[in-house]
Amino acid sequence: MRSRRPGRSRRESSYSGLPRWIYLPAALGAVFVLLPLVAIGLRVEWSRFFELINSPSSLAALRLSLITSSLATLACVVLGVPMAMVLARTRFRGQRFVRSLLLLPLVLPPVVGGIALLYTFGRRGLLGQTLEVLGLQIAFSTTAVVLAQTFVALPFLVVSLEGTLRAVGQRYDTVAATLGARPTTVLRRVTVPLVLPGLLSGAVLSFARALGEFGATLTFAGSLQGVTRTLPLEIYLQRESDADAAVALSLVLVAVAVFVVGLAQRSRAIP
Amino acid sequence: MRRLPAALVAVLSLAGLAVSGCAGGTSSDSETASAPARSTLTVFAAASLQTTFTELGHDFEMQHPGTTVTFSFAGSSDLVTQIQGGAPADVFASANTTNMDKLTADRLVAGAPVPFASNTLTIAVPPDNPAGISSLADLTKPGVQVVICAPEVPCGSATATIERASGIDLAPVSEESSVTDVLNKVATGEADAGLVYLTDVAAAGDKVVAVDFAESGQAVNTYPIAVLRDSGQPELARAFVDLVVSAPGQQVLADAGFAQPT
Repeated sequence: MRSRRPGRSRRESSYSGLPRWIYLPAALGAVFVLLPLVAIGLRVEWSRFFELINSPSSLAALRLSLITSSLATLACVVLGVPMAMVLARTRFRGQRFVRSLLLLPLVLPPVVGGIALLYTFGRRGLLGQTLEVLGLQIAFSTTAVVLAQTFVALPFLVVSLEGTLRAVGQRYDTVAATLGARPTTVLRRVTVPLVLPGLLSGAVLSFARALGEFGATLTFAGSLQGVTRTLPLEIYLQRESDADAAVALSLVLVAVAVFVVGLAQRSRAIP
Repeated sequence: MRRLPAALVAVLSLAGLAVSGCAGGTSSDSETASAPARSTLTVFAAASLQTTFTELGHDFEMQHPGTTVTFSFAGSSDLVTQIQGGAPADVFASANTTNMDKLTADRLVAGAPVPFASNTLTIAVPPDNPAGISSLADLTKPGVQVVICAPEVPCGSATATIERASGIDLAPVSEESSVTDVLNKVATGEADAGLVYLTDVAAAGDKVVAVDFAESGQAVNTYPIAVLRDSGQPELARAFVDLVVSAPGQQVLADAGFAQPT
């Protein structure tokens, strides 16, 4: 986790400045996180692993999870990048309050998020009637899954990118503007390239959060193979009948998550 | 300047360790403690029994002064996994025979399980019944949003039995992993109809209405109860089972919508 390569970090850090005792709680924390992963690895029936994860329902769930998480990440980028820029580069009355409201899904239990989405996009929800007139039905559709995932993942992208925007500062933007570049050109040619690492790690975090989404999906979207039953929902259901398959699938989810977080680490550390 | 906060943090983290150590100690103490005068009976019961068994637990405590009944309510298969993993329980009440059979097969049950109640499926619809459902066949009408339990869970296997017996093939918009989730989808009006147990409709009050159907008799879920082999107080556990099958116990269950065991 602390793979800060000396060449890439801004500060050379031969002297860590840390007291020695801090390694004990740090190591305890690491064990606390890693031990459950080891435990799940030990529980997997490796001889039947591929047979267990190869069932049509598991493959459908994995495929659906990858597709919906990608779509949710796309939605997070489209909506979250402008949100982060407005929050980082402008000042308006009540900005702090608006900011904390927008980041609420970070701390909200996902089930609560699901209930809130239900009362918004559900058939009897705030927008449900309007959507139904337009011939759109969100309930029990793959769209509902993407909505639930976007709802919980969006703050991750906003927080990550806003931090990068503040760290990078506005010097280069100002220089470009004084040289006559119009705001859209500055955004496209200067700001976005500068914060690209932060944007990438934010997007990867959003993807990881969307991939793990369970509570809001269960409450809001339902659970049907190939339509709304993502990998976490499939694991939860398999646990009822075939615990071995649930454990094997859990490991698949862990592997995808590790891969994705690894990508985030490579595209520069999280701010 | 820097040494004071560091020392503080060190003390705090040590205190934290000490506290968590203590907490671990007390919780394991309370699990194992069973003083002869004051005893605790631990009952693992299916989630659908929460209301009725809580009431029966109070009755039991009145009849056996000094005894405290503690419950763990969860899905029957979760409870079976916990008991197989060595969870300290005296009595287990399951929502179907399949889960009880798993414990019998593992020789974790003392004596034979006793059937004490049964539950049948019904169609739950929102109070205004927007899709005009009046029979099982109505659920297959085009545009009707039906939610059922997934076949992996007890209510879903009962639903599958009814589909087979009646020859009616449902095309649900969602297969939920618990009967509560089915009920919620109907109560919020997301779904037009859902297949749940009669007791669920009774517990939901005026949020949903039951539409009974003739074919429901094809899949009756029997609830068995048993004393567990590893119980430290088998007499007390047996007394609780006796209360559940007694006339007053059966009345409590009947009031909640349960039927006699078949």
